[in-house]
Amino acid sequence: MLRLDKVNKYYRVGTHSLHVLRDVELEVADGEFVAIMGASGSGKSTLLNILGILDDYDSGEYWLGDTLIRSLSEAKAANYRNRFIGFVFQSFNLLPFKTALENVALPLYYQGVTRRKRNQIATQYLERVGLRDWAEHLPSEMSGGQKQRVAIARSLIGKPRLILADEPTGALDSETSKQIMDLLSEIHRTGITVLVVTHDPEVAIRTQRTIRLRDGKVVGAHEASLSNPGMPVAVP
Amino acid sequence: MLVPALKLLAVIVGLAFALGLLGVVVFLAVALARMLGITILQWRDLISIDRWTEVFMTIGRNKLRTALTTISVAWGIFVLVFLLGLGRGLDNGMRKSFARDATNGVWVNANKTSVAHGGYDVGRKIMFENRDYDRAKRVAGIEHISGQHFIGGSRWGGLVTKRGGKANTFNVNAVHPEAFRLGAHEMVAGRFLSEADIIGRRKAVVIGRPVAQFLFDGDSPIGEWIVTAGVPFQVVGVFSDPAGNEEERQMYIPVTTAQLAFNGANKLGVLQFTVGNAGPDEAQAIIDTVVGQLAERHQFSPEDRQAIRVHNNVEQFARFQKLFWMISAFVLVIGLGTLAAGVVGVSNIMMIAVKERTKEIGVRKALGATPRSIVFMIIQESVFLTGIAGLLGLSAGVGCLELVGRLDNEFILHPGIDLATGLAATVFLVIAGALAGYFPARAAAKVNPIHALRDQ
Repeated sequence: MLRLDKVNKYYRVGTHSLHVLRDVELEVADGEFVAIMGASGSGKSTLLNILGILDDYDSGEYWLGDTLIRSLSEAKAANYRNRFIGFVFQSFNLLPFKTALENVALPLYYQGVTRRKRNQIATQYLERVGLRDWAEHLPSEMSGGQKQRVAIARSLIGKPRLILADEPTGALDSETSKQIMDLLSEIHRTGITVLVVTHDPEVAIRTQRTIRLRDGKVVGAHEASLSNPGMPVAVP
Repeated sequence: MLVPALKLLAVIVGLAFALGLLGVVVFLAVALARMLGITILQWRDLISIDRWTEVFMTIGRNKLRTALTTISVAWGIFVLVFLLGLGRGLDNGMRKSFARDATNGVWVNANKTSVAHGGYDVGRKIMFENRDYDRAKRVAGIEHISGQHFIGGSRWGGLVTKRGGKANTFNVNAVHPEAFRLGAHEMVAGRFLSEADIIGRRKAVVIGRPVAQFLFDGDSPIGEWIVTAGVPFQVVGVFSDPAGNEEERQMYIPVTTAQLAFNGANKLGVLQFTVGNAGPDEAQAIIDTVVGQLAERHQFSPEDRQAIRVHNNVEQFARFQKLFWMISAFVLVIGLGTLAAGVVGVSNIMMIAVKERTKEIGVRKALGATPRSIVFMIIQESVFLTGIAGLLGLSAGVGCLELVGRLDNEFILHPGIDLATGLAATVFLVIAGALAGYFPARAAAKVNPIHALRDQ
């Protein structure tokens, strides 16, 4: 599915540069459910941005499927994001002036799908996350859990092969967190690769494997799967 | 009752027309860009309901911003249109004030010498003769020419004219037939003087409308006889003049008849001619030729500004035109300046809006919005706002010009803007809108989704 090969990333701060990712080696198979953990400053957000083609890296290789993701033009990166990747954010990032339906349909708008068709598909996805009746509501009228469900529906609508979730439960109470993780597991079971960035062990334990980052380096990647005994390895 | 309704209808139709025009202009601009190989936008974007929904939504979400933008641009275009239209009105007013005489007319008046020349002393009185007229007539570049004989040597003095029991004093001009071309007279009955009148020294007279009214009191004067300074003349024509009474209380008789009847020998006081389409320099060359001939024949220095006095409408008119051109340029600078301020205001407000929308733009980019689609979204919004505001200003400007046009003012006549100006203003608005949107749009396209999404 995706592979990082000796990926390095520096941030230039004034005259000296900060080495954020150090020779990161990472492989995620098709249909895996993986957590990326690490303290703040460990480079996990940077890693997520690179994986999400929101940011470029300085050396190494990032393969997404058969495509080398490297120094893409903005338009091309946008296109790949749109077609390959679904994002779920901690703060949901729904557009406040659009209804749940419109928010879910937005990625299809950038694919050039007609309005009718878009709304039709978006309704199906809202139904999938159990919010069909909330289609015409604005995000401000919904609870945090509902908003995150809408965001998940939005991440799925483009039929991505990879879902990148950045602290998806960070703004939710434990009960709602559990429901959201249930939903992500369900998505994973349909064969979509899911990557969750989190600092919450409760979240990590629900995945198949945990990748730990420390000071920009991947540590203990191999024994990580042992740390998630509750989760059987998916059979592709 | 009905008229205001019709006016309103006209304004609405005009507005719709202008909107249509805006559409056509955008269409052409996109087509042109396409021909040059630049894809500014997809055709479907322009007619896309989604696009417009987005635009209307942002406009609706920021009512204060929309209002401010609209006012600043509308005011700019209003000032521009109003001043341009007013300039046009002033120009028309000037043309009308010139209308009493041909704008390409030249009057050469005989006077007294002020420089000793050819053995003659200063202060000698110059008087033209029929031969001067004959010679000047052959000068290249002269279109129409007439001499004028001053009856009894009096330049302005009127002569008593009688018919039946009525008598009054009117100016009598003894001229050649082409004198008709030097004024703005229009024949309302009969004809002007003819070459045959000159050759035959006929006692023919052409009278102005008020003269005919006074002497004939509504009866047809053509073919009737009147008596001027004791000499009977037959009326052959009646004329009117747009400049009004002053120019109409006149009579015209053949110059040759006047010379014979009033002991004028072969004397002429004025040579007057038109120079066709000659510019100021060409006109001056023609005048120099004529004056040169006169100087040679009458033995005065060609440098002597007093010997003959030249009144040159070509030069005057050109000077006025230059003045009005300068006024127009001034108006244009002021108007465009105001408009530019408005456009900069729009750009600023859009920039703030982009800052406010950083997060939204970041989300859109994460979801697959290309930089181009972001740029176009902002520019479309800007063009739309500027366009609508501009058309409002345009309508207000045209409306105010209409009101000013109703004031009966002698300096301002038919103020207004023509189709080309309206079209140019529309094109300008679209360009201005696009420019106003461009920099904010570029800023928007540069929004880094990472930072935008982290901005919590």
